[in-house]
Amino acid sequence: MAANEGLDSEVMTKGTPVSAPPMGFKVIVREFLKDKVALGAFILLTVLVISIFIGAAVIDLDEVMRISLLDQYTPPNSQFWLGTDSGGRDIFGLLVVGARNSILIGVAVTLLTSTIGIVVGIVAGYYGGFIDNLLMRIVDFIMLLPTTMLIIVFVTIVPNYNVWTFILIMSAFYWVGQARLIRSKALSEGRRDYISASKTMATPSFLIMFREMMPNLSSLIIVNVTLNFAANIGIETGLTYLGFGLPTSVPSLGTLVSYATSPDILENKTWVWLPASLVILVLMLCINYVGQALKRAADAKQRLG
Amino acid sequence: MWKTVLRRVLLMIPQIFILSILVFAVAQFMPGDPFTGLITPETDPIVIENLREQAGLNDPLPIQYFRWLGNALQGDFGTSYTYKVPVSVLIGQRAQNTILLSLVSLVLTYAIALPLGMLAGRYNDSFMDKAVIVYNYVSYAIPTFVLALLMLWFFGYTLGWFPTNGSVEVTLQSGSFEYYMSRAYHLILPSVTYAILGTTSIIQYLRSEVIDAKTQDYVKTARSKGVPEKVVYNRHIFRNSFLPIASTLGYQITGLIGGSVFIEQIFAYQGMGQLFIQSINSRDYSVITALVLLFGIATLVGTLLSDIIMSIVDPRIRID
Repeated sequence: MAANEGLDSEVMTKGTPVSAPPMGFKVIVREFLKDKVALGAFILLTVLVISIFIGAAVIDLDEVMRISLLDQYTPPNSQFWLGTDSGGRDIFGLLVVGARNSILIGVAVTLLTSTIGIVVGIVAGYYGGFIDNLLMRIVDFIMLLPTTMLIIVFVTIVPNYNVWTFILIMSAFYWVGQARLIRSKALSEGRRDYISASKTMATPSFLIMFREMMPNLSSLIIVNVTLNFAANIGIETGLTYLGFGLPTSVPSLGTLVSYATSPDILENKTWVWLPASLVILVLMLCINYVGQALKRAADAKQRLG
Repeated sequence: MWKTVLRRVLLMIPQIFILSILVFAVAQFMPGDPFTGLITPETDPIVIENLREQAGLNDPLPIQYFRWLGNALQGDFGTSYTYKVPVSVLIGQRAQNTILLSLVSLVLTYAIALPLGMLAGRYNDSFMDKAVIVYNYVSYAIPTFVLALLMLWFFGYTLGWFPTNGSVEVTLQSGSFEYYMSRAYHLILPSVTYAILGTTSIIQYLRSEVIDAKTQDYVKTARSKGVPEKVVYNRHIFRNSFLPIASTLGYQITGLIGGSVFIEQIFAYQGMGQLFIQSINSRDYSVITALVLLFGIATLVGTLLSDIIMSIVDPRIRID
């Protein structure tokens, strides 16, 4: 009898879903369903990105970039949905292609900086001691540099300047924030029992770091990659706006905004620069909002769902 | 306490040293030298070569570096090619404007952020709190240059409320009352733009500090003593929540430095950030080198300031 009862209660506890906390992806879905604004931001972002990529694939870049002076500064009409620029080029076409380029650069820089940041952070946090000290002094030093100015200086002095060199220059400065954050979490994670157990079992350090420690840092990583992605788009368009970002042959959202440097365009020809500014703003707001929702989902204390 | 401060100041010296090496190294990659501007088709290459030799540009790099560092320590950064005046004089004029703009922006940032943060925390989940959160989201997400352009376009051009460029009306006599009024008038748009960007972290932090403080024992004690609610918030809670925020002052300075390039350029404000972009465009390398070094030192000082304030506020950080 007693044994039977014990078995029953075990079955009971296994059967009750309440005792099992929702995990991983489910938590994120619940958080988004609870926070309607975040869901809206996510849907808007997805629709925007997909239409930008489809649009950019359909639009003929040569057609867009062709100069026809007769159409110079045409206000928005049925032929040119958002009007034209100084060379009579279609602003709508430039906007779609520019948005795609800005997003792609953002993705590339984010991938590069995150990879370096995660590897450096985990290595520093896992080994601690001398290696940690050395890596963190380098990180501290780069963090204390006037980043924007140095990037502009490098952009002007680098020979054979192109998109790839721009990505490399930007990444060289922006991996440090990630590295520092991941390191602080990895440092405390490294003192946990499962890491000690793996060490005792002589699991290679490489496997402990990237197959056991990294999955436990994944929520932190996902949140930061998202927020950094938004930040990187902002930085790229800003630098391009100043004229130190993407080369002129590769239009970016910043290129369109940079036309507003001329007071006449800023005041009287808003169709040239305002749409691009608004696309940047909407992209940044949506990505950040999604990032904040992910951040809440990652921390059980802050969850809404 | 002073030990901690001294230790941090001493730590700054090697950082400045490495920074100066980096800046010098970057300067070596910049094309041209101080005599490039003198070259005309009629110039004899031998004359230039002699000038270079006299100026020591043919010496080994370490010797050049220490000579450059020695001069820089005495405030001598060479001569600007485009303006034909000593770099220190040029930067000195611009630095006044930038420092003025930064100070006004800092005051505005705290003047906006502290009341908003306190109110949002005190009445959390109210309509006003939600409005503050929305404001915070937008000001966090918007890139500096987009905000600055929108402000300039809307308040400067469309509404015509504020001047659209410069740091002062050029026709006015320096020193007159109108001159100072015009300077203040020109400061409004750029400093408000800075302030909007700077408030985000302060509001967010203050709000959550206040919400946390509400349930703490010292607040309960104050309430049970019969302290009026207003005094509980404005004295008890504010004092405790403000201290950690004071330490963000240094990071605000760092933010001002990064933003100055965009904001001064967009509002055509005659400061160091605008000078930097102009010098890059005219390839005025001695000015660029000096500015990067100065901005780097300013960033270091900002961080130092944060650490010092933090150690005053939070005794646990002190190493005595």
